[in-house]
Amino acid sequence: MSAESFDPRREARHRRGRIFRWLCVSAVWFAGITLVVLLVKVTADGLAWLSLDFLRNYPSRIPARAGIRSAILGTLWMMALTGAVSFPLGVGAAIYLEEYAPDNWLTRLLQTNIANLAGVPSIVYGILGLTVFVRVFGLGRSVLAGALTLALLILPVVIIASREALRAVPPSLREASYGLGATRWQTIRYHVLPVAFPGILTGTILSLSRAIGETAPLIMIGALTFIAFAPTSPLDPFTVLPIQIFNWTAKPQADFHSLAAAAIIVLLVILLLMNATAILLRNKYRQEL
Amino acid sequence: MAETPITEAAEVAAGGDEKRDGSIIGFDASETVLTTEALGVLYGDTSAIKNISLGIPRNRVVAFIGPSGCGKSTLLRAFNRMNDLIPGARVEGRVLYRGNDLYDPDVDPVEVRRRIGMVFQKPNPFPKSIFDNVAFGLRINGYQGSIEGRVERSLQDAALWDEVKHRLRESALGLSGGQQQRLCIARALAVQPEILLMDEPASALDPIATSKIEDLIDELKRDYTIVIVTHNMQQAARVSDYTAFLYLGELIEYGETDRLFTNPKEERTEQYITGRFG
Repeated sequence: MSAESFDPRREARHRRGRIFRWLCVSAVWFAGITLVVLLVKVTADGLAWLSLDFLRNYPSRIPARAGIRSAILGTLWMMALTGAVSFPLGVGAAIYLEEYAPDNWLTRLLQTNIANLAGVPSIVYGILGLTVFVRVFGLGRSVLAGALTLALLILPVVIIASREALRAVPPSLREASYGLGATRWQTIRYHVLPVAFPGILTGTILSLSRAIGETAPLIMIGALTFIAFAPTSPLDPFTVLPIQIFNWTAKPQADFHSLAAAAIIVLLVILLLMNATAILLRNKYRQEL
Repeated sequence: MAETPITEAAEVAAGGDEKRDGSIIGFDASETVLTTEALGVLYGDTSAIKNISLGIPRNRVVAFIGPSGCGKSTLLRAFNRMNDLIPGARVEGRVLYRGNDLYDPDVDPVEVRRRIGMVFQKPNPFPKSIFDNVAFGLRINGYQGSIEGRVERSLQDAALWDEVKHRLRESALGLSGGQQQRLCIARALAVQPEILLMDEPASALDPIATSKIEDLIDELKRDYTIVIVTHNMQQAARVSDYTAFLYLGELIEYGETDRLFTNPKEERTEQYITGRFG
């Protein structure tokens, strides 16, 4: 065999390609089947308990009368306040880091810390919220204290997602703007933000859908598990859907487990609606470009 | 930050010094609109261009040619302080415009860029309507006249009006590449610059669109001073009155285009234009 000849082994190379493809396909199926099993199980357990009364009633010791009105309202309050706090703070921080901050050790330290904060367990934020918002600020076990805690929790993710969206704006667009005599703010306001906005919005809504399922930090700051009234101000005590679900699954009676399954269905529907909103808004703004 | 307007009446400094190495043409002070003095640009510790002294004559087309990485784009971007946007870029020497150093701490780059417009290599219209693309520069700079009128005039000057007058509200992204580039020229003209910098404006376009841009440059030099960077030596020969050849960050030769292409004084210029390197 001369030095120039090839040993293509095409069959072996193609086989490796097929093996890798099947590994990837099975990864998808594993995730998909798990999700389907979960959905089927939850639906089978809870669907029978889903009714208008279930949505309208307050919790009760009697399963047939129990509902999730206070939990739904608490969750909506929580999401509205969390979004209202984390969106401006997160987007503002992202704009500063991406557009204004000089590239020095302090900026890099900030960036590394934000990335690390995104990985901090949520219970740690609960401890922080309990200390700072509930006790130091004296907000008590209120919706506001919970929302501020959750806002802190998702802030790193909002910042990172917003920065990615800002970074994806082509430099040629900024150059075009500066080249016409635009100031930095005019460039950001009229060109960078409009293009980055769909990405920023998607990132924020996806972070909120992480917050909607959080239980541990809210239990930590003292959210109640049994609330027979709806919060009417940010300073009222509250419960949220995941806590209600957690509470019911901890009870020995089987009926409460089914109620938990029904509440999970409601939570999933709210979650899917939020994600659908994210997709719709993104498509809407993309088309306007 | 204090903003010193660039004074109209300030005396324009004289052009380059012909005696120094014979490669720089000296212009009358009255003919020169932009003059560099020992201009250097560094990216970090790397020198992109060094010790460049040349004058840009009014209402003429000057072409910068040279192989990739020779610094011709860096030199062009030093004329309207676009290099400011690159972190770590540093400028030495002076760029005189109407007698003012553009890099004087009192000079606001925002004002510089309105007076010295730029067209980029790849057409980069804003993802907005055709009208808004041209109107943007007028709005942000507080244009006092009729925006509609100025937009129409700019599109006419860029030889685009007839093609887009019925679709001004449509997205600029629906235009062809050549139309987009002429839109970018119209956008730059709208804010009434004195100098137009063009960074390889036709390199992303097909031959027909390219020849339209070249015809346009010929038209525009009546009202504007144009500096164009090009990879294409035929293009430099076709459109420019003066040509500067840069190599490894240095100005090798600068002179009338006809003379430089037919009778280069420097051996490296001759080697480059005859295609022996680059």
